[in-house]
Amino acid sequence: MATTADHFQAHPEDHGHHAEHKPAFFARWFMSTNHKDIGTMYLIFAIFAGIIGGAFSGMMRVELNEPGIQYLDTFARWFGAVNPDFNTTLHTWNVLITAHGLIMVFFMVMPAIIGGFGNWFVPIMIGAPDMAFPRMNNISFWLTVAGFCSLLCSAFVPGGTGNGAGTGWTVYAPLSTSGSPGPAVDFGIFALHLAGAGSIMGAINFITTIFNMRAPGMTIHKMPLFVWSVLVTAFLLLLSLPVLAAAITMLLTDRNFGTTFFDASGGGDPVLYQHLFWFFGHPEVYIMILPGFGIISQIISTFSKKPVFGYLGMAYAMVAIGVVGFIVWAHHMYATGLSVNTKMYFTAATMVIAVPTGVKIFSWIATMWGGSVEFKSPMVWAMGFIFLFTVGGVTGVYLANGGIDDVVHDTYFVVAHFHYVLSLGAVTALFAGFYYWFPKMSGRMHSEFLSHVHFWIFFVGVNMIFFPMHFLGLQGMPRRYPDYAEAYTHWNHIATVGYMVMAFSLVIWFINIIYAFTAGKKVGDNYWGEGATTLEWTLSSPPPYHQFETLPVIGETVHH
Amino acid sequence: MTGVRLKSLIRHKRSKEVEAQKTMTLGKISIGAGRVRRALGLSFNGALASVLTFAAPAMAQDAAAPSAGSYTPMKPTPGIGMPVDGGINLQQQFSPTGEYGEWLHHGLLWICLIISLFVLALLAIVIVRFNRRANPVPSKTSHNTVLEVVWTLAPVLILIGIAVPSIDLIAKQYKPAPKTALTVKVTGNQWFWTYGYPDNGDFEVISNMLNIPGQPVVNNGVREVGSKPWDGPSHLEVDNRMVVPVGEPIRLQITATDVIHSFAVPSLWFKLDAVPGRINEKVLFIEKPGVYYGQCSELCGAKHGYMPIAVEALPRDKYNAWVLTHAGAEIDGQKKPAPSASGAAESAAAPAAAPAPGSSEAPASEAPAGEATAEAE
Repeated sequence: MATTADHFQAHPEDHGHHAEHKPAFFARWFMSTNHKDIGTMYLIFAIFAGIIGGAFSGMMRVELNEPGIQYLDTFARWFGAVNPDFNTTLHTWNVLITAHGLIMVFFMVMPAIIGGFGNWFVPIMIGAPDMAFPRMNNISFWLTVAGFCSLLCSAFVPGGTGNGAGTGWTVYAPLSTSGSPGPAVDFGIFALHLAGAGSIMGAINFITTIFNMRAPGMTIHKMPLFVWSVLVTAFLLLLSLPVLAAAITMLLTDRNFGTTFFDASGGGDPVLYQHLFWFFGHPEVYIMILPGFGIISQIISTFSKKPVFGYLGMAYAMVAIGVVGFIVWAHHMYATGLSVNTKMYFTAATMVIAVPTGVKIFSWIATMWGGSVEFKSPMVWAMGFIFLFTVGGVTGVYLANGGIDDVVHDTYFVVAHFHYVLSLGAVTALFAGFYYWFPKMSGRMHSEFLSHVHFWIFFVGVNMIFFPMHFLGLQGMPRRYPDYAEAYTHWNHIATVGYMVMAFSLVIWFINIIYAFTAGKKVGDNYWGEGATTLEWTLSSPPPYHQFETLPVIGETVHH
Repeated sequence: MTGVRLKSLIRHKRSKEVEAQKTMTLGKISIGAGRVRRALGLSFNGALASVLTFAAPAMAQDAAAPSAGSYTPMKPTPGIGMPVDGGINLQQQFSPTGEYGEWLHHGLLWICLIISLFVLALLAIVIVRFNRRANPVPSKTSHNTVLEVVWTLAPVLILIGIAVPSIDLIAKQYKPAPKTALTVKVTGNQWFWTYGYPDNGDFEVISNMLNIPGQPVVNNGVREVGSKPWDGPSHLEVDNRMVVPVGEPIRLQITATDVIHSFAVPSLWFKLDAVPGRINEKVLFIEKPGVYYGQCSELCGAKHGYMPIAVEALPRDKYNAWVLTHAGAEIDGQKKPAPSASGAAESAAAPAAAPAPGSSEAPASEAPAGEATAEAE
C-alpha cells in the first residue's frame, strides 16, 4: 500500500479534543457500537468460557485416568448433590460431557473466531469504519453472554437423575425429552436460543458489511481470504441456525407443552430430531473451522512474503465446502437405521468435501514454496495447523464411509477425529491468530520465545491426549462413558497425562499475556514486515477508536 | 417357514430392507425391577415333550433324555471378542462383513498415513529449502494451472478408489436375512438389554451387567463379575448372555422401550441404534463359536456405561439345548403339528392365535424385495 497510517486514521485534532473521543466506561463497555471493542469483549468472554469448558474436560480426564469411579462423587457434590446415589453421580458425568461440548462450541470457538477476530478485522480489512449494524453487533455479544449464563444455571437445577443437563451437546430426544425431567434441559435449550439468535444477527451483520461496505477498489475478488472465510461462515450461520432453533423449540414443546414431535407413541419420530439437529450440526463444524482457514491464509502469506497461491481456488474452495457441507448431515446418523440408498448417498457426498479441503492444504504449502519463510510464532502455529488438520481431515475421510462407521460410530475414534480438527485445528488457528494480531490489538509485543514454548508444549500435550483415542476407538471403547473395561487403561492414562501437559502450556500462554501487558515492547503499524499486506497493517497498533473515516482507495496491485 | 409365535404385545414386522420402520406402536414390556429369568428349568411338561417328537432328527437324541435342555456358559477366550490391553487395532473380526470391513479399514488407514506423511514431508522441505536464510528472495508465483488440476484430480481418483469397495460394503451389510433365518429381538432399556426369541417360543432373556468388585452396585441382585469361572472381563460380562447359533444368518430386530440405545458388537462389525417406536433390522452372522462383547453405543442416561452386550455363539445342537432350558421354549424351524395331532400342542398353539390376525404369519411371508431369500449368508 502506497499510503500511510495517518491517511486513514481519524485525526484527533478533527474532533477538537486532545485525545480520541471514547465513551465513558459504562457506555463504552455495556452499550458499545465499536467493532473493535466488541471484538475485544468477545475474545475475553471466549477465554473465560474456554477456561470453564477446559476445566470440565480436565475433570473428565482425571476421572478417566483409571478404570472405576474415583472422583465423580466429589464432582457431583460440587454441583449441589447432597449424598448422591450412584445414579446421581453418574448423571454428573453426562452433565460434564454436555457442558464441555456446548461451552467449547457455542461459547468458546464461535465467539472467539467470529465474534472476536471477525469483528476486529473484517471491517478493517475491507476498509470500512465499522460493521453495518454496530448496535446489533452489541446485541449479538450480550445475547451470547446471556446464553452462557442460562447454560451455567442449568447445571444447578434438576435435569434427570441429578442436577444439570446430561444429554450430550447433541441433545437427542427422547433422552432430552421424557428422559430428562426437570428444568435443566430447558435452561440449556434457552441458552442455545439466545446464543443462536446472537449468531444469526452477527451473520446478518457480516454479510451486509462485506457486501456493502468495501472500500472503493476493493472488489470481491480482491478482498482478503479471511474476509471470504467470514462471508461463507456467515451464510452457513444464517441458513443452518434457524433449523437448530426449530429443532430445539420442538424439544421444548415436547418437554413442556404436550407435543410429540419426537415421541413415537404420539406419531412422532426420535430420528426426526437427529435429522433436524445435524442439518444444523454439520454446517456448524464448518462454521467453526472456515474462519480458521482464513486466518491461516493470512498468516502463511505474511510470513512467506508471498501472496496466497491460487486465490480464486482458495476462495471458491471455501464456498464449495460451505455448500456441500449442507448436504452431508446424515453421516452423523449412519447407525440409526438409514435406508441403504441414503447411507450410500451420504457416504459419497461426504467424501466429496475432501477435494476442496485438499485444494486448500496444497495451496497453503504452495504459498510457502518458493517463499522466504520467517518462522515467527504465528507461522509455527499455522504450520502446526496444516499438519494437524490434515491428520484430523483424513480420519474424517475414513469416517465418511458408512460401512466402516458401523464399527467406530460413537467410539473414541470419532472423539479423536473431531478433537483433531477442533482442538488441534480450530484452536491452533485461534492461537495462531492470537499471536498474529495480539500486538495489533493491544499495542504490545508478546514474548516470541514464550509463544514458541507454548506451541511445542501444547503440540506434545494435545497429541498425547487425542492420538491414543484412535486406538481406543478401534478397540471399541464407546464415547460418553465415565468408566471402562481394564483393557482400555493404558491409552486412557496416557491421554490424562497429555491433558496435564496441555494445561501447563496454557499457563505459559497466560504468563505471556501478562508479560506483554507489563513488559512487552510497544509496536508500530506493521511489526511483521513486508509480507503483511492487508489493511490492518496500515493502521497504528492499536488502531484508532475510529478508523477509515476517510475511505482508503484500493489500488490495482493488491496482495491478499 | 419359521413359526412365528406371538405371545407378547410386541409385533415383529419383517422389513424389506432396514427401511420399514414407520412408527410402531409397541406395548411396553413390563419388566419388574430386578426380576431376572434364570436359565434353569429342566422341568418339561408332557406337551413340550410331545412337541419335541416332531423335532428334527438332531434333536431326537435330546428328546430321548428327560433333561433335554442344558447350558453351561462358554468361557471366553482372552483377546477374542473383547479389547486387548494397550491394543491399537480393530478387534479381531468373526463375521463376513467384518472381514471385508477390516480389509477396507487397512486400505483406508494406509491412505490416511501416506497422505499425512506426504504433507509432513512437504512441510519439512519448506522448512529446510525456503527458510529466510536459504531463500532470501521470495518468488512471486501464485498460479500454476497444471498443479491445481493435479491436486484436484488426484484426490478425486483416490476417493473413487475408496468409494467403490466402500459402497460395496454397505450393499453387503444391507442384504437381508433369508426368510428361514432365526429372528432374535433385541430391546434396549434403561439400563439393560432384553433378548426375545420369537421363533423359539417367545421367551425373553434379561441381560444385566455383572457388578464390579470394589465399585458401587450397579444392578441389585446381580452377582459380581469373576464369581463364576466362565466370566469375561469386568464392565463387559453379563448375567444372561444373548445366545445364538453359530454359522447361521440371524435376523436381529432392534428396538428400545424408553430412550435411544445402540446395540454394538465390535468383533462382529455390528452396530445398530435401538430407537423407541422403531424396529431396526440387520443380519448378524457369526463364523466361529465364542463369546463376543459389546457396549451400549448411544447416550441413554446415567448408566449408559453399564449396560454391556455379550453374544454367545454356539453350534446348533448346543444352541437348541440352551433354548430348551427356558420355559415354553421350542426349537425353531420345526414343522408345526397338525391341529388334531395333539391336544397339548393345540393348547400350546392357541395363545399364538389370540393376537391380531395376520400379524404372525404375514410378515414371515413378506419376502425382501428382489432378494433371493433362499441364500444363506
